[in-house]
Amino acid sequence: MNVTTAIQAATRAFAIGGPILELDSISLRFGGVKALTNISFNICEHEIRAIIGPNGAGKSSMINVINGIYTPQEGEVRFRGERLGAMTPQRAARMGISRTFQNIALFKRMSVLDNIMAGRTLQTRATFLDVAFRTPRSRREELESREKAEEIIEFLEIEDVRKTQVAKLPYGLQKRVELGRALAAEPKLLLLDEPMAGMNVEEKQDMCRFILDVNENYGTTIVLIEHDMGVVMDISDRVVVLDYGKKIGDGPPEEVKRNQEVIDAYLGVAH
Amino acid sequence: MQSVGTGATTGARRSAPRGEALPQHAAGSGETFARLLRSNASRLADRPAYREKHRGIWRTTTWRALARDVDILAAALAGRGLKRGDHVAFLGENRPRLYAGVAAAHALGAVAMPLFPDATGPEIAPMLRLAGVTHAFVEDQEQVDKLLAILPECPALRCIVYDRERSMRPYRNPELVSYAALVEEGRAAAERSGDLVSRAIEAGDGGDAAFVFLNSGASGASHAAVLSHGGLIARARAAAAAERLSPADSTIAYLPPGWMGQAIFAYAQPMAVGYCVCCPESSETLLSDMREIAPTCFLTTPRMLDTIFSQVALRMEAAGGVNLALFNRAVALARRLGRRRLAGEPVGAAERMSAALYDAVVYGPLRDALGMSRVKVAYTSGDAVDPSILAFFRALGVNLKQLYGTTESGFLVAIQRDGAVRPDTVGAPLDGVETRISPDGEILVRAEGLFLGYLGDGDGRSVDAEGWLRTGDLGSLGADGQLRVADRAGDIGVLACGAAFAPRPIENRIKASPYVREAVVVGDGRDGVIALIDVNTTSVGRWADTHEIAFSGHRDLAGQDRVYDLVAGVLADINAELARDPATAPCVVRRFALLPEELSADDGVLTRTGKIRRTVFAQRFAPLIEAAYAGRSSASLAAREAEGSMAAGVDEVKIRDAALAPADRRAA
Repeated sequence: MNVTTAIQAATRAFAIGGPILELDSISLRFGGVKALTNISFNICEHEIRAIIGPNGAGKSSMINVINGIYTPQEGEVRFRGERLGAMTPQRAARMGISRTFQNIALFKRMSVLDNIMAGRTLQTRATFLDVAFRTPRSRREELESREKAEEIIEFLEIEDVRKTQVAKLPYGLQKRVELGRALAAEPKLLLLDEPMAGMNVEEKQDMCRFILDVNENYGTTIVLIEHDMGVVMDISDRVVVLDYGKKIGDGPPEEVKRNQEVIDAYLGVAH
Repeated sequence: MQSVGTGATTGARRSAPRGEALPQHAAGSGETFARLLRSNASRLADRPAYREKHRGIWRTTTWRALARDVDILAAALAGRGLKRGDHVAFLGENRPRLYAGVAAAHALGAVAMPLFPDATGPEIAPMLRLAGVTHAFVEDQEQVDKLLAILPECPALRCIVYDRERSMRPYRNPELVSYAALVEEGRAAAERSGDLVSRAIEAGDGGDAAFVFLNSGASGASHAAVLSHGGLIARARAAAAAERLSPADSTIAYLPPGWMGQAIFAYAQPMAVGYCVCCPESSETLLSDMREIAPTCFLTTPRMLDTIFSQVALRMEAAGGVNLALFNRAVALARRLGRRRLAGEPVGAAERMSAALYDAVVYGPLRDALGMSRVKVAYTSGDAVDPSILAFFRALGVNLKQLYGTTESGFLVAIQRDGAVRPDTVGAPLDGVETRISPDGEILVRAEGLFLGYLGDGDGRSVDAEGWLRTGDLGSLGADGQLRVADRAGDIGVLACGAAFAPRPIENRIKASPYVREAVVVGDGRDGVIALIDVNTTSVGRWADTHEIAFSGHRDLAGQDRVYDLVAGVLADINAELARDPATAPCVVRRFALLPEELSADDGVLTRTGKIRRTVFAQRFAPLIEAAYAGRSSASLAAREAEGSMAAGVDEVKIRDAALAPADRRAA
């Protein structure tokens, strides 16, 4: 991976562009609990952006705001300069935002292939009747979906389990399948909620490589939440640090690492 | 490649045919791979030449399409400066495009040098330099990085063709070109250059160098042996005739193309015979791909057979109950019948009846599950196979045979013939191959298709004035015309008590256990034999799970007392067998230890074909070996520096006494 990253730094396949998603003074409350307080940051095209912070810092809430699951009480989200009023998950998906979940949310009884093809739903136009009567359109779309799914299966190197029921796979592989399903929608922006949680070192390395490869080969902008500081520092272009719902740091990994507030939040301070 | 590598063989060495030294033929004679491909394209036309599973679908390249692709590629390569006598390296898994690249190099009269895809940059660099490799075909970004890193050391290398485009977008190096782009170049070049490729094919000669193969270097450094078109074709034909192979046959190619055996069965013989080569999707999908294809012939290695047998045994263990009981009975019968048939003993009517019954309920379904239901012939080569494994597969109804040859002798030297498969022989020499045993017991081979020489200063095997090649293997030739291989000449030793000691048969018996991945026995010049064993993490791990033994990885697992107990049980059985035969009784394993880390080719202990480099091994594990002979119960061993691990330090390895067989105990 060292050689790869060296080359990436020199000439990147997709140069980082201007901001595609801007979050401006976001505040989110659940009753009296302030989950997020006055948070602003942006996400640039083709970058890998990490959101880190200790447990309960508001990382998942942040992703859920971007994804439209939560609507913030204050502040606004702009996607490609356009103000998003009431964002919903469906709308986010249609705009090209895909995500994975902290707790794997796959169709456990379905095969890997079917799970990934399920991620293509928004890319198909066939209606219920088309599918019921197997019209040329539904057949054509199914072939297209299958081709795209196979491309992803090859990309994620899971050829050997394509017909295996997801429930039978080890945890690390299920995480990879979930990434595959998110990729099937050909997203512009990919939200990964703790993609490496609960993995061993080897699985983490694999996942890092796949995240870099997605960014590298498809130019996908990636926002990832992660616990493991080491991993984040290695693969992300810029990092936002949250603590108790507040932003305490924002910048390239080396800069964030030196930030005293960040060090205090992670290591704790003597009071 | 029963034994390859360089020993202390002396004698005149032939100079290697370097590119510049090759004579320029106006029109060559004899058969070349390029001419074979042209004739296959018209003779076999739309029959499949290569099949590859890609993105879930088997995709076929016909002989006609292959010949067309090769012409285009050759035009492109000529445009990029590839000339007669140049060397082209190949670094990747078995893919139709890799072999099309080989054929394109051959069309222009260049020499193909397939390498092991998992070889490291520092291993490859001297070979590329030695051959003056100018062009290379590689599979993916990983291999590209490997070559780019050693580019400064290989000034002749000026063109690297990569197959998979993944993650290649940022690369701007002028040497790089994708396979797809090269094909585009070739289309344009073919129009401009007219019949350039046809003329190059005309000029080729059967005596020209076709391939350079690295021998495994089990006893030292690897050497690059050069083999000719005509020689390889003649041998491939003779072997195919012995098995009556035809264009209707198919094989599966999954061993590294850098191994001469695979190159022969995935290129030379298909070209000569016209059968189809199937390339699996990935090494992980091999077994299911094999089931889909059900090849009629294939080449395998003893290690692969061990793995397949272990997997089957473990899956049956997991199934449990009636299935397991039935399987165990079937295996026991298979082994018994297999052994008896191999020994040429008669089989009773009752046993034949139960064999037929088991064939319906166990062997048949198993053959089917392993993708071996259509196998006409399967060869195991590269090392001696454990007789019980051979007997098992044969009793399953798979026509598994041993094949003997070395890189220098052209690989196809002797094969076991139908009806004459015995565990102690490697079969009779092929038509056109003469074998003889030298006064000091070494196997000598004389035939068309011996190597032409080594590249550079390779100081290894040589061909004498009468055309005999010293193989470096000890063996004997029976009155029945069957060749027997004892061991690699350098490996045979003598125990301190004066008894002869051949390590490999003992190691093969130990390795036949599903719990053992690799075993090395030491004993030359010593007081008795000790074994150092690398346990199979998967199977022992599963065993540990079912016995509720907690462990945290290979190192921890291999240090557990109960795992030592498990291996001690395996050794006790083997010792009992060894003690039964007076010739091997002194070679019973007295002490053993389990290695804390898996043996690997990356630190040079194994060759890329998975054979032990005994000198490297002896150095690496010297403290352990000395401690074992000194009678100590443990030894400290410097741990290999693992990537990203801070805990590189010292392993404390336990050494145990093995249970000796009763007969031996009485003697002691």
